[in-house]
Amino acid sequence: MTAAALAAQPRPLESIESVVIRFCGDSGDGMQLAGTQFTNVSAVFGNDVSTLPDFPAEIRAPAGSLAGVSGYQLCFSSHEIYTPGDEVDTLVAMNPAALKTNLGDLHSGGTLIVNEDAFDKSSLAKAQYSTNPLADSRITSNYRVHNVPMTRLTRDAVEGLGLSQREADRCKNFFALGLVYWLYDRDPEPTRHWIRDKFAKKPQFAEANLRALQAGINYGDSTEAFAVHYRVPPAKLAPGRYRKITGNEALALAMATAPRLTGKDVFYAGYPITPASDILHQLSELKNFGVKTFQAEDEIAAVTSAIGAAFGGAIAVTGSSGPGIALKGEGIGLAVMTELPLVIIDVQRGGPSTGLPTKTEQSDLLLASFGRNGDCPLPILAAQSPGDCFTMMLEALRIAVGFMTPVFLLTDGYIANGAEPWAIPKLADLHPIPVHHPAEPPTNGDPFQPYLRDEHLVRPWAIPGTAGLEHRIGGIEKADVTGNICYDAENHQHMTRIRAQKVANVAAAIPPQPVDGPASGDLLVVSWGGTFGAVRTATTAARRQGQSVAHAHLRYLNPFPANLGEVLRSYRRVLVPELNTGQLRMLLRATFLVDAIGFNKVQGKPFLVAELVSAIRDALEA
Amino acid sequence: MSLSVELPVLSPKDFASDQEIRWCPRCGDYSILAQVKKILPNLGVPREKLVFVSGIGCSSRFPYYLNTFGVHGIHGRAPAIATGLKLARPDLQVWVVTGDGDALSIGGNHILHAIRRNVNLKVLLFNNQIYGLTKGQYSPTSPLGQKTKSTPYGSVDQPLSPLAVAIGAGATFAARSVDIDIQHLTMVLERAAAHEGMAFVEIYQDCNVFNSGAFEFATDKNAKQDNCIYLEHGKPLIFGKERNKGVRLNGKGMPEIVTVNGIARDDLLFHDETADDPSQAFRLAQMRWPDSPEPLGVLRAVARPTFDGAVTSQIEQVQAKLGPGDVDALLDGGETWEVR
Ligand code: SF4
Repeated sequence: MTAAALAAQPRPLESIESVVIRFCGDSGDGMQLAGTQFTNVSAVFGNDVSTLPDFPAEIRAPAGSLAGVSGYQLCFSSHEIYTPGDEVDTLVAMNPAALKTNLGDLHSGGTLIVNEDAFDKSSLAKAQYSTNPLADSRITSNYRVHNVPMTRLTRDAVEGLGLSQREADRCKNFFALGLVYWLYDRDPEPTRHWIRDKFAKKPQFAEANLRALQAGINYGDSTEAFAVHYRVPPAKLAPGRYRKITGNEALALAMATAPRLTGKDVFYAGYPITPASDILHQLSELKNFGVKTFQAEDEIAAVTSAIGAAFGGAIAVTGSSGPGIALKGEGIGLAVMTELPLVIIDVQRGGPSTGLPTKTEQSDLLLASFGRNGDCPLPILAAQSPGDCFTMMLEALRIAVGFMTPVFLLTDGYIANGAEPWAIPKLADLHPIPVHHPAEPPTNGDPFQPYLRDEHLVRPWAIPGTAGLEHRIGGIEKADVTGNICYDAENHQHMTRIRAQKVANVAAAIPPQPVDGPASGDLLVVSWGGTFGAVRTATTAARRQGQSVAHAHLRYLNPFPANLGEVLRSYRRVLVPELNTGQLRMLLRATFLVDAIGFNKVQGKPFLVAELVSAIRDALEA
Repeated sequence: MSLSVELPVLSPKDFASDQEIRWCPRCGDYSILAQVKKILPNLGVPREKLVFVSGIGCSSRFPYYLNTFGVHGIHGRAPAIATGLKLARPDLQVWVVTGDGDALSIGGNHILHAIRRNVNLKVLLFNNQIYGLTKGQYSPTSPLGQKTKSTPYGSVDQPLSPLAVAIGAGATFAARSVDIDIQHLTMVLERAAAHEGMAFVEIYQDCNVFNSGAFEFATDKNAKQDNCIYLEHGKPLIFGKERNKGVRLNGKGMPEIVTVNGIARDDLLFHDETADDPSQAFRLAQMRWPDSPEPLGVLRAVARPTFDGAVTSQIEQVQAKLGPGDVDALLDGGETWEVR
């Protein structure tokens, strides 16, 4: 039963295609939870959804301060969407600081719902407002403002449950959520279910949150403040079973699947770092899936313990973010030199140094490519969306064990924490990843040759415990075939070339570069990583306006797909939008001598579709 | 595990690799290599299940000279490499060969945590109190005042005691021996190999080129009995060529040297390597020549669950409780819905 059916005087229900909502408030206001719940009920209802959580770097920034504002934006739609939206339709602001930092993204005429109880003198001062913005005519005339006494109404709703005032106030996110549920005609049942589940051991908290949620729904329903409410019909996604997934979840699920695909245990080593820690958390729960996790003493120990595990025959993975990857550099070089399979996940964040720990950026491509001493090439892959993290994790493992090489998998804070609907695969439909360990020493009585290569230049993965295959490997240059230490000049040149050629050979084992749009024309937009959704939306929009624009999104960054050079030369111009100062562009120019132009943003935020559309226009006119 | 499997009888030469040994003539490493080769055939561990892991430094060439599995890693990281290997493959016996610079300077963090966790590794720290491979800089164990290439006016850098660090970090096995004291070193290596848990062994190793004679006090046939206390579990601390000197605790609980003849044997300090409280082992680790006679042998050997064992048994417990993971159910978890 929808809330509308209960209304004494039903308000008109308008159908709209898609809506962007942002919940924002203090870190302690439960905005991430409200956003996640809204996403879940929308996904279960059948909308396409895309989310953008945004939280402060400081866990305990002073309450009410501008630094402590936490937000969660989501777009839900009746058609396929790739981004959480440029501009916000409905902004829920729980305090003055949240209003101040977020109002700029609400479009003119948009709906603004504020907790007016939080606009007292001290909160206004903490947000550096000298006068109450709710009385400011620039705000009241520009937006549809709803001042709701959420704190008071929530306290009233939970009265009699014996909660302290502090505990009562913690329920107001559910009040806000209930109100927005009413506004967008959402079914609150999945959230009720979640609350009962979550607070099963604390029934008074369950009851309080349920009451707050209902109070919010009732507020929308019974006050005349909202003239209409809206409905966003389900999207027409391909039939099948779906779940909501974040990029970090998808990585963990892929690693828990890998033992079944490889027949080997997975060893994951990490050190706590934002925004990669969730991978370690989630995998640590999956001990019955053939996954061993190790929280190492530092980033260097994380990568080197993974190398030790790989030597022992495990499917080894280490994950981190920029600063941690920088520390792992020497270890990654050891994996290149010893030619052991290893996947290094880099959940990129704003840099350099500590940079913007909770904000997204894609500025580690050159670090992954070149951030080691010596000529030290390795394959590099990048996931394009939360769900794609699953696919690319398995792909990275396939290449690592297939070519006996460390492989970089780049994701970013945006797809790591952002969520999208994901068509759930079946284990039986996933490709096995063949792993071979030689079991017998050479029959002719010769000693085992650890660097004797096959036709792809791949050496055997012989593991301890196999009699007759005892051998030593290490970081010192070695003679090909025997693996014995060798400083010989010619040998070093030979080995350097062999290591590079082996990585280049991966190009034959990856798909050709697909292009969305015309096969030749005025402009090719080339992107990689988490910008996929925004770039795909912008290029599609440009084509709809009659422009000759195609989109090539790279998931394989080293080696590049074999046909990429040809693709680049099929267009008059090449535009490379990136959330960095031009790293892929540099690689494309260097590799293909193509005069690619850049569109670059480093603000810790994803691209807006609108800014890409105008960058495309500029590139076409230039 | 069945013990009835017949292991082929191997000899030390079965553990020699075909690689030419590149240490300087008369380097203490040769003797250590020989003693390790001597004990390996008697451990009851098949050769293919032995792995030697090292970092960087003269000592770290060690794995290349043994015909077992081996990893020559990067500077300081051998304990971390070995920890990952041991976690992935608890069935292997994993040895770490490291030096004073490798383990205590660049790799200090890893050795500390490998000891704290009680990873079931055998760590041999070749302490020569100098950086040999890089040609003679002072190390974290070089004594104050030592003149080296990087301390031409003498070192002003306070050295640390490897055993005090190990015991402070909670080592379940901590011992010290000397490269050319063949019998003693063999005994200590065998004890380390048999220990269930992290066995930390400091071996005084003569760097013949850059720090020759640093451990003469413990190798000189005429003086070593007077300079060193050879520890024996359950026995009083008696030393000296005439075995007439002993150690007892004074009124302040500090060790003092006494003449044995003068006092009752029971007043002497008795060595208890199995004591749960590490204070006495720590005190022994602080007794350093030339300020006092220096203890050699096993300072501490206590039983405690190993990290790799605990990781394995936790996984087994979770598996027993939850059953083997169902991948399809896992993928189909969380908030799901059907699109028709
Ligand atoms: S430099 Fe010293 S430690 Fe190194 S091999 Fe020569 S003698 Fe041995």
